[in-house]
Amino acid sequence: MSETIALSQTRPSRPHVLGKLAAGAVIGLILFFLILPTLIVIPISFNSAPYIEFPPSGLTLKWYSEFFSDPDWMAAMLFSLRIAFFTTISATIIGTLAAIALVRGDLPGKSLVLGLALSPLIVPHIIMAIALYLFFAPLRLTGNFFGFLLAHTMLTIPYVVIAVSASLQRFDPVLEMAALNCGANRGRAFFEIVLPHITPGVVTGAVFAFVSSFDEATVAFFISGIEGKTITRKLFEDIDFNLTPVIAVVSTIIVAISIILMGAIRLAQNRTSTSQLGETAGAIQL
Amino acid sequence: MKGARVTVREIVKRYGAVTAVEGISIDVKAGEFLSLLGPSGSGKTTLLMMIAGFELPTAGLIEIGARDVTYVAPNRRNVGMVFQKYALFPHMSVNDNVAFPLRMRKIDKAEITRRVGEALAMVQLDAYGRRAPAQLSGGQQQRVALARALVFEPPVLLMDEPLGALDKKLREQLQIEIKSLQQRLGVTVIYVTHDQEEALTMSDRIAVMNDGQVAQIGSPASLYGEPASPFVADFIGKMNFLPVEYIGSEKASHRIRVTDASTLSVTRSLSGRSFELSPGLSLQAAIRPENISLAPRGSGGPDAVAGTVNTSIYLGTHQTLLVNVDGRSGPPLHIQASASRDLAAFARGDEVDILFQADAIHLFSGKGDGK
Amino acid sequence: MSSLDVSSVNPAPAPRFARLFVVTGTSGRYPPLLTAVLLLPLLLLLFFSFLYPVGRMLVGSLFDPGFTLDNYLRMFNEPLYLKVLLRTLWIAFATTVGAFVLGYPVAFAMARAGSRLTLLIAACVLIPLWTSVLVRSYAWIVLLQRKGVLNDILVGTGIVEQPLKLIYTEGAVIVAMTHVMLPFMVLPIYAALRTIPKELPQAAANLGAGTFTTFARIILPLSLPGVFAGALMTFILALGFYVTPALLGGPQTLMMATLIGQQTTIMLDWPFAGALATVLLVVTLVLTFMFRRVLATSRGFANV
Repeated sequence: MSETIALSQTRPSRPHVLGKLAAGAVIGLILFFLILPTLIVIPISFNSAPYIEFPPSGLTLKWYSEFFSDPDWMAAMLFSLRIAFFTTISATIIGTLAAIALVRGDLPGKSLVLGLALSPLIVPHIIMAIALYLFFAPLRLTGNFFGFLLAHTMLTIPYVVIAVSASLQRFDPVLEMAALNCGANRGRAFFEIVLPHITPGVVTGAVFAFVSSFDEATVAFFISGIEGKTITRKLFEDIDFNLTPVIAVVSTIIVAISIILMGAIRLAQNRTSTSQLGETAGAIQL
Repeated sequence: MKGARVTVREIVKRYGAVTAVEGISIDVKAGEFLSLLGPSGSGKTTLLMMIAGFELPTAGLIEIGARDVTYVAPNRRNVGMVFQKYALFPHMSVNDNVAFPLRMRKIDKAEITRRVGEALAMVQLDAYGRRAPAQLSGGQQQRVALARALVFEPPVLLMDEPLGALDKKLREQLQIEIKSLQQRLGVTVIYVTHDQEEALTMSDRIAVMNDGQVAQIGSPASLYGEPASPFVADFIGKMNFLPVEYIGSEKASHRIRVTDASTLSVTRSLSGRSFELSPGLSLQAAIRPENISLAPRGSGGPDAVAGTVNTSIYLGTHQTLLVNVDGRSGPPLHIQASASRDLAAFARGDEVDILFQADAIHLFSGKGDGK
Repeated sequence: MSSLDVSSVNPAPAPRFARLFVVTGTSGRYPPLLTAVLLLPLLLLLFFSFLYPVGRMLVGSLFDPGFTLDNYLRMFNEPLYLKVLLRTLWIAFATTVGAFVLGYPVAFAMARAGSRLTLLIAACVLIPLWTSVLVRSYAWIVLLQRKGVLNDILVGTGIVEQPLKLIYTEGAVIVAMTHVMLPFMVLPIYAALRTIPKELPQAAANLGAGTFTTFARIILPLSLPGVFAGALMTFILALGFYVTPALLGGPQTLMMATLIGQQTTIMLDWPFAGALATVLLVVTLVLTFMFRRVLATSRGFANV
């Protein structure tokens, strides 16, 4: 557009070129500001010095071996992975059923249920964190796998509902009617006809659920226990009290898991427009 | 495959305050081809959906064969259905699409293969089994949909404007194919369409629907020749409407005034009309284009109406003239004759005598609205 | 014959069951009972993990043990807590402004650039979004601490002689939160900018409007819905943010979320924590409800 404007104007074009360069530089700086905090943890995790140093003076893998041989870190990592895995399963199943009901069902008060299902995106996590803490503590459910499963399924279900709803909107209900007419019962019509069409949305929702459960810090901070501790809770404690390069290792691993999974989804769904994906993505990590 | 009768009794469907179908009763005979014909919003698709089981009637009864299916789930009705936009499963091959109803019925594999082959051969697509639906043309996709709906040998086949998305030539070809297939298999067909030509071509009987009710049901010839209301008269074939005034009756005929200068006699029986006749009553006269002829001005005799030729259209097999009735506004009369007749002699601006065939004038109550 | 008898004796159950459960409604929609059954697991989950715990906390803040409003009055009577509330509003506002100032140019560039450049910018916006907030807060500590990267550069180049106190300040919290919120600002603005027809600015230019006029009169007004949506989202999320202020803020930068956490785990004053959380929740919900149209346009909630 700026080219068209430049052509149609009588002013000389030199200030425009300079202006463009300046604008480009400003935008480049902002992008640098955006991306720097994600990338900086990577070189630090390979730095040989025991304190934080940038740029690194030498390369080493010793912090990685320290991380992988530390039973506390490993226990937290496995606990987090276990929670994320089962959260993904429960959130995907419950969220997919709900999305089908919300998109295709006839029920008064549907929009209320939708608002409720999506509210974990808006309601501050600190509120859910202490509400769950006050609920779980007397029941000795802090640090408990099932407590986490309940909390994280609730926190991650909006992503599944949004992603599955989006692909259901593109599914033509007449195909399901045709399947019923051919003699399929509801279950078979779902598995043979509906599910193959909404698989991309289900997978997207599942990946978002996994990543956001694995990355979730606030609620995990409050409902972790001495024994049952997620990697984010352990990371939180160590950042506050024990700032070693191992933290950079953990950060790098967390970043790698998130970006690899999300990037894979992004590539797999290239047909989906950038903004649409961005909006689903935008919901993550609040 | 033998057709079953379908009985629709006093069916009502309401959505809140809106009534989509209002007390329809139809008996479809076994092996009959019945069309539900009507404009959009007339309730024809709603009625079909209730027969298929995708909608529940608010009141009434639906039977297929001797079985009450009013509240039976769609997957247990055992009726075939062809949808408007084919509704083929895009992630399955043509073979798998046609095999789907058989798989749902737990038929063994060898039998499925055999019957899928037969069904595809029936619609001349035996060579296309491995293709994906998206690789076929619209006409081919509709044939696959037909094969899928017939492969499990249902006694009743429902079709919801199945040819609406196709171009005219293909549509006419498929109309003939579907009709001959139906006659060969003896399956009962209920066919929804808004295209009156399609309904006339294919049906044993047509139910003309309007505002959620059956306006008239009968054979194509009876609907065309004996329309029961102006709506049916207008919807089936081309019809000219003229507002006229009733003058009186004389023996076997009635006299009506068309313009200030001209009156006509109608020899058609008015039995079965629900309105009282009295001199001065406003009526609608309706007459088909082929029942009007022209003569040079002054040679038409006593019952002629003066008119002026507006347009002459040559249509190959026949010719249509649009003629204005002198002394009267409103749309011109359509007059049709085979091209070989001497209508060709008339041209725009010619003053003519219009001759109405006295036994082909239908009289309906109410003021004509200039149709 | 027998079936006739049965249906005449008891005609109601079959139709009612079918109407609620078996048959699809208009254009393949699911009947109410089936819909309810599909929603049941979600409703159970939300009840036990969300409605009940939050409701319990709310009730807890009002009884001590008899009904009392003390916990709420305390918040407004003690200057310390009022200050925290005002600071929270101020930091959320500053974050929103910061995210707008930095986010608009990025969204604009993303909407106008060629497809490859757009992809690059999109990656720079999405990758931080996919990075754990905890990791990003840690990164800001690395960058801003006394012996951190930024101080190294400042001292090394001789701009300052002594390392600056950058971390545990309000500025650090605002910068880091701006960073966290930036994608939420960029994406809705980008979505709004993309819907502006390309011909519009061209037409304005043809009519003699300069670059600035075109921007101020055409592009900016048309992108305002995106700006509102992004700003509102940023503000609402910033109000309740926990991780970043907890790690990067000091005692002087206490915010609502950190105060709630402190009251819960350190002071063990649960009713007061509940009261603070309730106020935060009410503010969030009121904002969301008042502006739900604005939010819906940007996040596709409306068409879910």
